[in-house]
Amino acid sequence: MARHVVATVDDIAPGQRKLVHVQGRDIGIFNVGGEFFAIANRCPHEGASLCKGRVVGLVESSEPGSYQLSRPGEMVRCPWHGWEFDLRTGKSWCDPLRTKVRAFDLKVEEGAALVEETLLRTFPVSIERQYVVIEV
Amino acid sequence: MSTLELDRGRPAEAKLRVIDCDIHPAMNAWTEVHPYLAKKWIEHLTVYGSHLRHAFSEALTHPRMSPDAARVDAYPDEGGPPGSSLALMRSQHLDPNGVAFGMLIPLRWNPGSQRNLDFGVALTLAMNTWQVERWVKNEPRLRASILIAQEDTVGSVAEIEARASDPNFTQILLLPRTDEPLGRRRYWPIFEAAERNNLPIAVHVGGTNGHSSTGGGWPSYYMEEHHAVAETMQSVLSSLVFEGVFERFPGLRVVIMEGGLGWIPSFSARMDKHWSRLRSEVPHLKRSPSEYIREHVWFTTQPMEEPGRASQLIDLFDRIGWDRLLFSTDYPHWDFDDPRHAFKAPLSEAQRAQLLYGNAQAFYGID
Repeated sequence: MARHVVATVDDIAPGQRKLVHVQGRDIGIFNVGGEFFAIANRCPHEGASLCKGRVVGLVESSEPGSYQLSRPGEMVRCPWHGWEFDLRTGKSWCDPLRTKVRAFDLKVEEGAALVEETLLRTFPVSIERQYVVIEV
Repeated sequence: MSTLELDRGRPAEAKLRVIDCDIHPAMNAWTEVHPYLAKKWIEHLTVYGSHLRHAFSEALTHPRMSPDAARVDAYPDEGGPPGSSLALMRSQHLDPNGVAFGMLIPLRWNPGSQRNLDFGVALTLAMNTWQVERWVKNEPRLRASILIAQEDTVGSVAEIEARASDPNFTQILLLPRTDEPLGRRRYWPIFEAAERNNLPIAVHVGGTNGHSSTGGGWPSYYMEEHHAVAETMQSVLSSLVFEGVFERFPGLRVVIMEGGLGWIPSFSARMDKHWSRLRSEVPHLKRSPSEYIREHVWFTTQPMEEPGRASQLIDLFDRIGWDRLLFSTDYPHWDFDDPRHAFKAPLSEAQRAQLLYGNAQAFYGID
């Protein structure tokens, strides 16, 4: 496992996502209302790019005729067949134990703390900005 | 079944060679067919519009899960609906998925469900020329389908005869929600023309005949409508079999497109059981229903069944007949099947090649 700087915080606006390539893996970085999450990009069902999916909330129902929408922006739907994945865990809603993508540890860190550290980065780090760092 | 783990890097890329039997081309604008329509029909379209046999003009029988029924990633950068860009079709589908040949299944206009029969026939002429001019001439991997307006059999047969010797076309195309069950004699001139010209009849899900989409009435949810395609295909097959279409036209070949697969063995077995007891009602049948289906009917694979246990998928293919399955993706629709991942069962290289390429090669007589 190694730490990788993959984006600046400003790269990815709230509600948006960025596809990054780290050690041969495609990983999607998602900004959910200022909170960042990293999941494997390939849908485990047929391989579509989850970064191209729509980000949605969680629709649930306690009984027929009743609908609740919660957790806005915390789920991504596969752009092909619509499988819903929880951006916090990588688990699908319908089959969380078997149909899931890996969720990577992610931290937002100050450039000032990172410049001294030997870690893998895809671009220069400056002390005055904030960065998204994932562990792969 | 173990956890699905496609996310562990990309699998080694085996060389794919695919015949995709279900690709949906789209138009940037409806005016794309105007060059191929007589002036009076352009005028008709402008003044009166397109009218299908249900309440809301141009509406689908039920809203789809995704806008345009499309993959979210299939919208061209240059604008236009999914399926309208040949460049994107090449870069997103034909090239990376190893598609050597792709069969065009145009759904726009739904000419077979137009209330104005003459207009429906005129649209088939336009759509058929459009397929060649817009697609096949620009992409030699693609093949057109002879779209017909089946409720006008005279117009349908004329269009079949006009296109039959054109190598750009591989088959006759209609949608299964017809005015009457498809085996009824009113449609036999179409089957006769198909047999005479050795062209298969492709029956792709769709059509708006004004009847409810399920035998139990109009459903509430798209999921129910999506499942009802299997009911519709069962109606098509039982009608073709019991009306005696395959007795009357022994050279007829039918391909059922996008109707699912899991129901086929049980449906065939049930028809056989009924036939063994009630045969005298349909004495024109000389053999059991399943024999006619096994001999005359092929099925496209998408949407592939995912039974959960690989052995059940193999068993399903054994029961349908491996040589009757034609691979299809449904590009660019949302329920697209990827040739790398669609079959969730271990297949030998020979089986995979047969499903992805060999069966369609034999069926369409591709060299």
